[in-house]
Amino acid sequence: MREGARAPAGPARPDGRVWALHLGVLGLLALLQAVLPPFHHGMVTRIMLLAAFAAGYNLLLGYTGLMSLGHALLFAAGLYAAGLGVYYGQLAPLPALGAGVAAGLAAAALVGAVALRTTGVAFLIVTLMVAQVGFLTTLHFNRITGGDQGLTLTGRLRPLALGPWHLDLALPAVKYNLALAVLAAGLLLSLWVVRSPLGRVLRAVRENEERVRLLGYDPFRYKLLALVLSGGLAGAAGAGYALLFAYVGSAFADVLYSILPLLWVLVGGAGTTLGPLVGTALMVYVVDVASGLTTAYLFVVGGTLLLLVLWFPQGIVGTARARWWPWLP
Amino acid sequence: MTPAGQAVLALLEGVVSGLVLALTALGLSLVFGVMRVVNVAHGDFFMLGAVFAWYVTTATGSFPLALLAAPLAAAAVAVAADRLVLRPIGYAPEPTIVATIGLLYVLQQAVLSVYGPYARPVPEPVAFRVDLPWFGYSGYKLVVAAAAAALLGAAWLLITRTRLGLYMRATQQDREIAQAFGVPVQRVYAAAFGLGAALAALAGVLIVPIRQAHYLMGLDALLLSFMAVIIGGIGSLGGTLAAALFIGLVDGALSVFFSPTLARIAASLVVVAVLVARSGGLREVRG
Repeated sequence: MREGARAPAGPARPDGRVWALHLGVLGLLALLQAVLPPFHHGMVTRIMLLAAFAAGYNLLLGYTGLMSLGHALLFAAGLYAAGLGVYYGQLAPLPALGAGVAAGLAAAALVGAVALRTTGVAFLIVTLMVAQVGFLTTLHFNRITGGDQGLTLTGRLRPLALGPWHLDLALPAVKYNLALAVLAAGLLLSLWVVRSPLGRVLRAVRENEERVRLLGYDPFRYKLLALVLSGGLAGAAGAGYALLFAYVGSAFADVLYSILPLLWVLVGGAGTTLGPLVGTALMVYVVDVASGLTTAYLFVVGGTLLLLVLWFPQGIVGTARARWWPWLP
Repeated sequence: MTPAGQAVLALLEGVVSGLVLALTALGLSLVFGVMRVVNVAHGDFFMLGAVFAWYVTTATGSFPLALLAAPLAAAAVAVAADRLVLRPIGYAPEPTIVATIGLLYVLQQAVLSVYGPYARPVPEPVAFRVDLPWFGYSGYKLVVAAAAAALLGAAWLLITRTRLGLYMRATQQDREIAQAFGVPVQRVYAAAFGLGAALAALAGVLIVPIRQAHYLMGLDALLLSFMAVIIGGIGSLGGTLAAALFIGLVDGALSVFFSPTLARIAASLVVVAVLVARSGGLREVRG
């Protein structure tokens, strides 16, 4: 690892600074729960879960250069695995979370085995189609999934068992810290991947797949690995969403939930570890404020995408890295 | 109804929806072939056509006027989008996809805000029934099939017999060489994007008396057009037409015998299989 080669301008220990920044962000979020008023407490809980989803999307788009339009499938896989497990199987929260991660990993492996045989625009269309199949499947089996009405898990959620403690998932503080744990997993996994030899190969695949092949690596395996890691995070976020908001429904498998992580990652900056969190936080608040002022919140989604493409392609953290802090991972 | 009757019904429904789909898919294929970009907002030009048709017929009572005005309005929106968004980003593949996703939501929201969340029908401009031995069939659907076929013929003539068509084919084959020979590539792009939108909007106008105009109707049109373009082969107009008819027939047949959801799941899986089997299918856009 020649980390210094990437950040020649930085002082002696860029590693320490990077870890300090990421752990500092997580620590700040942990402290924030003590001072946030109830409304924002709930908002930040939601943002942290969705940011973990976005961090997974970023591993694929930002670092591997693969644009998927089917991540709703992976999020919904985790959501339904956890939600249906709780609803029909009386699963406890931690096994349900585990089931969500497993479902996300498995769905991503399946999607990858099919979609990664195509490249470029075809990859995008295959992921879109496969996700659409998943969405239609949730509607078709509406006697089990509740279709677009969904299923409410209220009253079926068992307490979260952590050693000697049994924590009630209805308590805001429990929700907040569970979401924080999922985000921490997403953020630290991203940071570890990006700074490991694996991350270097992924970035090389993004820059020039043929050259990677020439160097003796199998790009398919690396792309599959990135997609599966991404699916695991999407599954964890989906399962967390089902547990914390006690609801599953086919709206989360809809194409909008494939577009939203793309939007969040682009706003924050694709290919930056903190970008997904920044982008998700900003857009969730912007959409919330916009919904208060007008019902036309899709204008915000569409308009932001257009503005980003036209004038701000690097996103917030990407621009910060280009302008001021070249050491940001 | 007898099995023979069901088969005839499936065939008729399939031909009608296949021809309308061919019109939409031809627009997508044209844009993809000439400009090498994927227009994710294509389905929403179809939706715009249907919604404009509702406005024009409600205001004037004239369906032929809608058939003229709605595609022109959709084309104007498309040309503006080309000028203001796609040209500045240089038609780079991935930014174009993001931009057309943005455009899709802007168009949907605009229609939702102005037109509302309703599904509203337009009365059939010609209402008669064709009595078959098994059932009576809507005459308007047959008119739609004939009109779609005529429009497809006109589009084919435009592409093969006119100067604009020649320019478009030249740009599709090699943009730089075409430019070197004096083809105004920039204007050809705008024309292709506008014409693609107009074709989708025409399909929307034709369909609105059968299915109602609704702001979310674009997604299905987009996915089905993707299917047709992919199965038929990128940039091949004949292939797109054949594939659209095939999809229409399969979709029609499946929906007569199974639930529409199940039919759509099966069709999507077929498309995925085709794309994967022909993994070089879209290779030309990779650069």
